[in-house]
Amino acid sequence: MSPIPHTTIVVFRRGLSIRNFAAPAMDPQAANTISLNELPEAGWATVSGVTVPTDPAARTLALRLLELGFVPGEQVHMVRVVRPSGEPLAVRLGHTTFALRRSEAVLIQVIPAA
Amino acid sequence: MAAQPQRIALLGNPNCGKTALFNLLTGSRQKVANYAGVTVERKEGIMRTAGGRRIQVLDLPGAYSLNALSNDEAVTRDVITGHSKEALPDLLVCVVDATNLRLHLRLVLEARQLGLPLVVVLNKMDRARQLGIVIDMDRLARELDLPVVGTVSVHAHGADALRTVLDEPLREAPPAHWRQPGVEQVRATQRDVLGIFNRTVVQPAVDKDPSIRIDRFLMHPLWGFMVLALVLFATFLAVFSGGDVLSGWIEDGFGAIAGVVEANMDEGLLRGLVVEGVIGGVGGVIVFLPQILILFLFILALEASGYLPRAAFLLDRPMSAAGLSGRSFIPLLSSFACAIPGIMATRTISSWRDRLTTILIAPLMACSARIPVYTLIVAAMFPNDAVAAALVMVGLYVLGIVAAMTVAWVIKRSDKQSSVSPLLMELPAYQWPDLRSLLIGLWERAVVFLRRVGTIILALTIVMWALYTIPSPRTNEQGAQRSIAGELGHALHYVFAPIGFNEQISFALVPGMAAREVVVSALGTAYAMDGEEGEVEDQLRERITVEWSLATKLSLLLWMVFAPQCLSTFAVVKRETGSWRQMWIMGGYLFGLAYLASFITYQLTNLLTAH
Repeated sequence: MSPIPHTTIVVFRRGLSIRNFAAPAMDPQAANTISLNELPEAGWATVSGVTVPTDPAARTLALRLLELGFVPGEQVHMVRVVRPSGEPLAVRLGHTTFALRRSEAVLIQVIPAA
Repeated sequence: MAAQPQRIALLGNPNCGKTALFNLLTGSRQKVANYAGVTVERKEGIMRTAGGRRIQVLDLPGAYSLNALSNDEAVTRDVITGHSKEALPDLLVCVVDATNLRLHLRLVLEARQLGLPLVVVLNKMDRARQLGIVIDMDRLARELDLPVVGTVSVHAHGADALRTVLDEPLREAPPAHWRQPGVEQVRATQRDVLGIFNRTVVQPAVDKDPSIRIDRFLMHPLWGFMVLALVLFATFLAVFSGGDVLSGWIEDGFGAIAGVVEANMDEGLLRGLVVEGVIGGVGGVIVFLPQILILFLFILALEASGYLPRAAFLLDRPMSAAGLSGRSFIPLLSSFACAIPGIMATRTISSWRDRLTTILIAPLMACSARIPVYTLIVAAMFPNDAVAAALVMVGLYVLGIVAAMTVAWVIKRSDKQSSVSPLLMELPAYQWPDLRSLLIGLWERAVVFLRRVGTIILALTIVMWALYTIPSPRTNEQGAQRSIAGELGHALHYVFAPIGFNEQISFALVPGMAAREVVVSALGTAYAMDGEEGEVEDQLRERITVEWSLATKLSLLLWMVFAPQCLSTFAVVKRETGSWRQMWIMGGYLFGLAYLASFITYQLTNLLTAH
């Protein structure tokens, strides 16, 4: 099997686009890292990690978030945040939108796009 | 040469179009039952392969992972890991959404560890093409070392490639080595998924799915709620207006049948049993079939289109005030048709406390069986004022909802180790509902309803008729009071006198405890009304208008809002919760609430109306 290419040139019907598929080395403790629930509506970010707590219920939930694809390098887009409570929130990940509560979103660390 | 598969199972994420594919493969040749010991729906059917062989197909409940969070997922895991009474399938067909391989491929990698022969089906290939997603299927098959075929489950010939592959001899699978994965293993699997995905799928850098734009509108804090209110209003309008027309036809049909029987049978006990007991009683319940089906048509269509999860998103915040999450919305909405499918729909709620709370309050949603009693009494209260009658009807529905939310809040407050309810749910891409699946879904609901009518309701109406006829055949009201039923009503009315129920109501409540659908026909019998369904109702309304005080009418309405009057609900609560205790808790609190509410209403109304 070939290694994951760092940059892939993708040709499709509408023309040429360049996508960076590789996950850059990320430090979850980096200064600009925030929890997903702090990402403003319509904002974009890159997932840097999921916190896996020791509490069994929360751990199961964190595992599920990983399984659903909240893994480092993935792009997320905040579709809707209900105000003023700040929850629930609707997050686009790949081709799927997920509804989360704040207690679930705090487990996901992201780096907001500039 | 190895054998061809005889028994296959469909495995896939929720929303991968698996059920539509199952419906396409099996058509109407399917059997819906429950898995042993749980009420998770077990769907099995027979399909034909391209070579014409008939093989069995099992449609497993949707699962994101074998690391189960909900009851549904646990059933799927147990069946395919051989931890259930179910025989292992010869072949696992892993259905993945071609528009969302990034999410769905992971389950394939997990299923590969099960030691079962596996075929991967890329469903929704047409959608993928529209969205500009290009999948190198040969490469994918090589990477996975599994056969890969594409399907379009909403096209008549959309599964031909799958039918062909099912005639191929089974490949040998590597030995089973699935174990509950830990964090590191989950991360490693995701890295594998990403690698395979990047090597086989090319997709536009810009997400062309219109769902995001639709969501901005439908989940808008103002417009979203307005659309939701409109949708719910349209649904109930259709239930009441459309249901009325169709119910009229059914009523006429039963009237005609009764006429034919009366003309061709000698007068006597047997004719009485057939006309009043069977035709009158059963016909009086079957008239609700249109209303139930219209409500389910809306629910099924809204669910298939992807709207219901959005409604659940909108309602998550209001429902969290009562200690629930938006996930409880869909079961509670179904409960307006009937609490039983509503309670069964709670199985996707992963938090046990939320699920139990939802089960306990589901019977407070005004199910369609309450409509006839509500209609009868409200019409008797306002014979000439349709607007007031409609407002009171709406009020009864709202009362049920408010009571349910209050009970949920009390349960939450009394729970010492109260934790935050999880929501985490997928908001799937919007799509047009698949007509075949809608029709099959409606058919299933109709069968469930008719089976209930043919068993419990039929038995109740016959017993009721007998109680009124024995020992003295009822010819008039005095006759009715000499029967066993008359005595029973007389004895019971001491219990119900404080809430304003007379002997006739008291008796009608006895069969009504088992199935509230029969309350109206039981009242008709108690007042010794004869004739067809429609006539009985008219006569009843007139007598109730005159003979019952306002306090009694209100009291009975409130009783109908709260009282646990459905044996099937008891049975399904017992089965769902696996606990007699929970069943009695539900029955007890509803009964207490009903008696209390009726008592207060009756006494208060009497005080206020006494001059």
